[in-house]
Amino acid sequence: MMHEDAPSSPFPANDEYDRRRFLRLMAASLAMAGVGGCSVQPAPPEQIIPYVHQPGEVTPGKPSFYATSMTFGGSSVGLLVESRTGRPIKIEGNPNHPASLGATDPFHQASILTLYDPERAKTVTRLGMTRTWDEALSEITRAIRDQQGAAGSARLLSETIVSPTLGVQIQAFLKAVPGTKWHVYEPIHRDLARRAQQLAFGRAVDIVYNFSKADVVLSLESDFLQCGLGNLRYASDFMNRRRVRTGLRDTASARMNRLYVIETGVSATGVKADHRLAVRAREVERLARSIAARLGVVKESQQDLHYDKWVSAAAKDLQMHQGRSLVVAGERQSKEVHLLAYALNESLGNVGRTLHYIDPVDLQPAERTGSLVELVADMKQGCVSVLIMLGGNPAYTAPADLNFAEYLQKVPLSVHHSLALNETSYRSHWHLPESHYLEAWGDGRAYDGTASLVQPLIEPLYSSRSAIEVVAAIGQALSTPGRELVRDYWRQYWQEHRRGESFRQFWERSLHDGVIAGTASKPSEVKLKDGWQRHLSKSLSEQHEDRASELDLVFQPDPTVWDGSWATNAWLQELPKPLTKICWGNAAMMSPDTARRLGIAAGAYAHGGERGGYHMPLVELAVNGRTVHAPTWILPGLADQTVVVYLGNGRESPLAKGEWPWAVGFNAYPLRTTDRPWVAAGLRVSQLDGSEVIACTQCLYSMKDREPVKSYTLSQYRQKDLPAHHSEMERALEESLYEPFQYPPPQHKWGMIIDVSTCVGCHACVVACQAENNIPVVGKREVAFGRSMHWLRIDRYLSESADQYGACYHFQPVPCMHCEHAPCEYVCPVAATVHSADGLNDMIYNRCVGTRFCSNNCPYKVRRFNFFAYADFDTPVRRLQYNPEVTVRSRGVMEKCTYCVQRIRRAEVDSQIRRRPLRDAEILTACQAACPVDAIVFGDLNNQHSKVARWKQQPHHYGLLAELNTQPRTTYLAELRNPNPELPG
Amino acid sequence: MENGQLKVWREQEKVPDLLAVPEYIPGGYTASTVSEKISGLVLKRPTGVGWLGGFGLSCLLLAIFGMAVLWLLVFGVGIWGIQIPNCWGFDITNFVWWIGIGHAGTLISAFLLLMHQRWRTSINRIAEAMTIFAVMCAGLFPLLHLGRPWFFYWLLPYPNTMALWPQFRSPLVFDVFAVGTYFTVSLLFWYMGMIPDLATLRDRATSRLPRIAFAALALGWRNSARHWHRYEQAYLLLAGLGTPLVISVHSVVSSDFASSIEPAWHETVFPPYFVAGAIFSGFAMVILLCIPIRHFYRLQEFITIDHLDVMGKLLLATSFLTSYGYLSEQFVSWYGGETAERYVYWWRLFGFEQYASITWFLFFCNTIVPQLLWSRRMRRRVSVLAVVSLLVLVGMWFERYMIITTTLSRDYLPSSWGFFKPTIWDILTFVGSLGIFFTAFLLFARVLPVMSMAETRALLPGAHGPEVGR
Repeated sequence: MMHEDAPSSPFPANDEYDRRRFLRLMAASLAMAGVGGCSVQPAPPEQIIPYVHQPGEVTPGKPSFYATSMTFGGSSVGLLVESRTGRPIKIEGNPNHPASLGATDPFHQASILTLYDPERAKTVTRLGMTRTWDEALSEITRAIRDQQGAAGSARLLSETIVSPTLGVQIQAFLKAVPGTKWHVYEPIHRDLARRAQQLAFGRAVDIVYNFSKADVVLSLESDFLQCGLGNLRYASDFMNRRRVRTGLRDTASARMNRLYVIETGVSATGVKADHRLAVRAREVERLARSIAARLGVVKESQQDLHYDKWVSAAAKDLQMHQGRSLVVAGERQSKEVHLLAYALNESLGNVGRTLHYIDPVDLQPAERTGSLVELVADMKQGCVSVLIMLGGNPAYTAPADLNFAEYLQKVPLSVHHSLALNETSYRSHWHLPESHYLEAWGDGRAYDGTASLVQPLIEPLYSSRSAIEVVAAIGQALSTPGRELVRDYWRQYWQEHRRGESFRQFWERSLHDGVIAGTASKPSEVKLKDGWQRHLSKSLSEQHEDRASELDLVFQPDPTVWDGSWATNAWLQELPKPLTKICWGNAAMMSPDTARRLGIAAGAYAHGGERGGYHMPLVELAVNGRTVHAPTWILPGLADQTVVVYLGNGRESPLAKGEWPWAVGFNAYPLRTTDRPWVAAGLRVSQLDGSEVIACTQCLYSMKDREPVKSYTLSQYRQKDLPAHHSEMERALEESLYEPFQYPPPQHKWGMIIDVSTCVGCHACVVACQAENNIPVVGKREVAFGRSMHWLRIDRYLSESADQYGACYHFQPVPCMHCEHAPCEYVCPVAATVHSADGLNDMIYNRCVGTRFCSNNCPYKVRRFNFFAYADFDTPVRRLQYNPEVTVRSRGVMEKCTYCVQRIRRAEVDSQIRRRPLRDAEILTACQAACPVDAIVFGDLNNQHSKVARWKQQPHHYGLLAELNTQPRTTYLAELRNPNPELPG
Repeated sequence: MENGQLKVWREQEKVPDLLAVPEYIPGGYTASTVSEKISGLVLKRPTGVGWLGGFGLSCLLLAIFGMAVLWLLVFGVGIWGIQIPNCWGFDITNFVWWIGIGHAGTLISAFLLLMHQRWRTSINRIAEAMTIFAVMCAGLFPLLHLGRPWFFYWLLPYPNTMALWPQFRSPLVFDVFAVGTYFTVSLLFWYMGMIPDLATLRDRATSRLPRIAFAALALGWRNSARHWHRYEQAYLLLAGLGTPLVISVHSVVSSDFASSIEPAWHETVFPPYFVAGAIFSGFAMVILLCIPIRHFYRLQEFITIDHLDVMGKLLLATSFLTSYGYLSEQFVSWYGGETAERYVYWWRLFGFEQYASITWFLFFCNTIVPQLLWSRRMRRRVSVLAVVSLLVLVGMWFERYMIITTTLSRDYLPSSWGFFKPTIWDILTFVGSLGIFFTAFLLFARVLPVMSMAETRALLPGAHGPEVGR
């Protein structure tokens, strides 16, 4: 079956990657992109099951929704994908899926853009030259067969795999080729937790938390509201316990949970905390231990703490809520902290109540770093003859001391399978294009073990295959399509768990629901081993003292580009990071005190000033002889003596010359080594000449005495000690020069209320809005000019009373307020922005001449202007994503939030056709649908029973800048916190 | 009336003789020598190197303007430094500045006419021409600042198939009417006032082309008593129409800001404050134009040092009016106690260095420097007047810049605070607009009479010619 020559030189010569070659490739790619765009098939040939309608029912102009799921970061989340005449255009969460409950995070939202990324790999390539799948597979299988019995062996390197079908295929491959090993690596890993689990339980487990039952939560730098497994579900459960809706009379019955956070960086979870302590990385363990000591979990006395009061109050609070509390340790914490968390939960009686352990969802729960170290050691010794890499980008993300990229080039045959060419692909012999999850069949398991299927929404745009197909083809020479492989796996499952339905029924129901019923993992009985305390470090305080003046370098995944895998996604690059509001890049972040001590000056304005960014001074970060140049950024709330950097930026440009838009920020991986994946002590920071522009959409932290976010404590709320926002607005209603608009009841009167209490600042709504409304991306230069285009922004403020509860930041989503007395409407000379009959403030793009007076006169500054022709009209494949119901705006036109008017009108038409009134919550705006914590509610204010009308009756309801008598239609519920009365500010 | 008028004039001259005929034009000119002198500037004077040089320079600026506009039309307003929240920058600053300059012309020709300030005769033609050209420059900016300038006509009320009218509550629509009316009236006033002089030029022209051109422009003026009678009536009517416009145009322009709800724009003081500022900058520009004209055209006997002296006084007076505006704003913002507004005013003075230095600089230019003009000696020194006028013009430009940028960059929500920094295209567009102005003005000074011969003749001792406005 093999008839080709042996591979010529095993080493890809560097000089082959020159500019001409790249241009040739790019030209071909662009041409292919055009071809791809033209040849989109309306639907894949296999039968897939739409979520609501029966197959075949594709009505032009009408969306259909299909359930599928996306695996990211080691767990799968169920999604519903909106498809229009065969094009998937928008992603929503699947309400039936336990990890989603209808919500999504920014990565899910943005993944649709990756599907249509013109830079995706389109063909199989060998050393950059186009080849066919057959050529690739035959060379690889032959190489694997030839190496059997020789010194080397084949290796598989993948990221975390939670797909049962892929797992089966890999096992079959390992069995078929003896001597083959499976390594797993990804940079954002849970190694330390896994190590602690080995010590505590003797095996790896996954932890499923139940925040809905926890009254008191202690987070040891766990950002469970924002990232990690099950984050959407956890945020939802957690915030369900903080949503206060008692109405005006019954305020005394208000209840909230309480959150204590000890952390080094500033996370979304830290921002929502009632009590937050910012401490240096190594102190987290000491504080955790001190809490454990007070609860009798460890026997020692720690009296010399600065935070004595805080710790004892937290410990007491936990003590008082046995079985109703939760201690959560973050993935970046040391194994000791994890051990303490396990022990604390056990001694508080939380296990089985607010959390339970399950068998790992991850099919290969080995430590990531160890696995890669082993692989590299073998590569170094020449024991690896074939290396097949499924996804990932280890050449970029591997710990710096491993020199993975260097040894990769010594492997006789390396194969990389990924969506787009990256640093690893360029260093491998073969690159195999991967199918996007919206093009392929597959499956995956969620944080709690629930399995769901991945069904394709579109025929692969290019000649790509899924990982399941690739492994099957290499391992068993099977050319079976992915759908059959997935079906075969689940047929077997169905045979084992037959519940009186045919396989066809089972299959169709599972596809339709997006969840395979009854697959959630059962709690597994694990017990803390005796003598776990032996693994705690001995004397903490001593090693602590003599290193007090040292600087720590802390690594964190980037909130928008994660480990770098999303760095080529324009929506995510342009998405401001929740706390810094920086987009397109990263910086070495430090607290104001640390900056002062290091002599870091404040930057000079970039073009757009506070809404554009600064020229920040450059520094050299040096740890153990490894150095990186980085711009600085000052972030209040960080622990002192700590520099925090986000990974995932500074991707290597594949271009010899010219500007690769994604090569922004600096790469922090060169500072990260195998032994210190998260915290590197002994950092030296030295100032360099020069500066770098940091694009930031909100440089100011302060509210400047204006209180756009109003914040109260639970006890103030209970005692009705709130200013009367409501009457203020009512009074304002009476005064106007013009006739008021009338909305007699059959008419709707739309309104939106945003609860700033529950908003965790995840920015999913911002990307959802961008996807739904065809909002263009403007790039770093334009953002630095102050011209970012997001219709919905999330304002982040630092409270003036920062130290009162240790909870210093507030998030406030700001869409258009759709004011009743809209300042934009009366200044428009051409009536391009007008009031609609149902109270919307409509924007008529075709009529707009672009005077921009409306934006100047908007006190909320929610209007966005097309200073240039920002929208991409030219890239054919990019245009496939556009929502056909929303105009793509051209140059010189103002735009802004429309309350997703296209969704309102669609629902109205539907209700008229069906001759029934619109129901409350029938219309979800894109931001509302994406929100994991239901912080946004939209509905008819004329309907007394609607949720929005009920929220409006709450005592902590207020209008932003209502004193201007704009009568905003988007209003807010004030932030409520539940501080411990024993811990005054 | 004549006596009172005379008295004022004589008192200024410190000549106590109440019965003497005021000597507006020293140097013993007669009716025919006046005509000879002024028409000679057009018909006989050779085109000098100085004029050619100036004209060439102006054309260069005009070419820069053309290039900047071309670039703007090709790429969009994004080439400027504007952003969210600073959606207006140089564009509207230039508009307000130019339209302000355009105020002095009609003020001098119409307002002073009705007030019987006969000394205006020497400078009214220059001032009116300046008005026309300044309003032309001003009018271009609102047009060019549009995101889609090719749809500018949507601001005009015209019947269309969409059955859509402009949105009449918008101050920008008021602007269209106000500026349009002002331009029309100013142009008519200028042209009508020139008809007798055009006839004189027609009669005196020696070569064929000018004769035909001036004959066409003179509309058959024969200097008959009936002509003069109707002319004076019409002139008075236009003066009556023009006078309220001096007040209304800049009041309307100020409503672009005053009718908004932005802090430090939403001010009742804005209309009078803007009108005062406009007249202030207009006078400065008139002085700045008169000085070289009287020098190069040797018109010192027509535009006398007394004229400059009076204009200096007016400059001082309007400086006070404008400064009162500054003071009142500061006080009201403090007294009003509104957080955002107070902050903007505080920030203007003590905030970010670049903006604060602009504010203090404009106070220096518009309030401190004109105080020099208290001194009669200073008022009568051409160089001092020129420098003061130039600084006032610069100061008034920065005043508008400050009003626009500081409010927009510091409005209600600190999350959306920003900063305006001009790009090279902002600067080139502004500098280029000076090219339009000076090109047009130099052409005017070359081919049309820079002073009214007819009215000047009437000022001569013993003349019984028309006394417009009586």
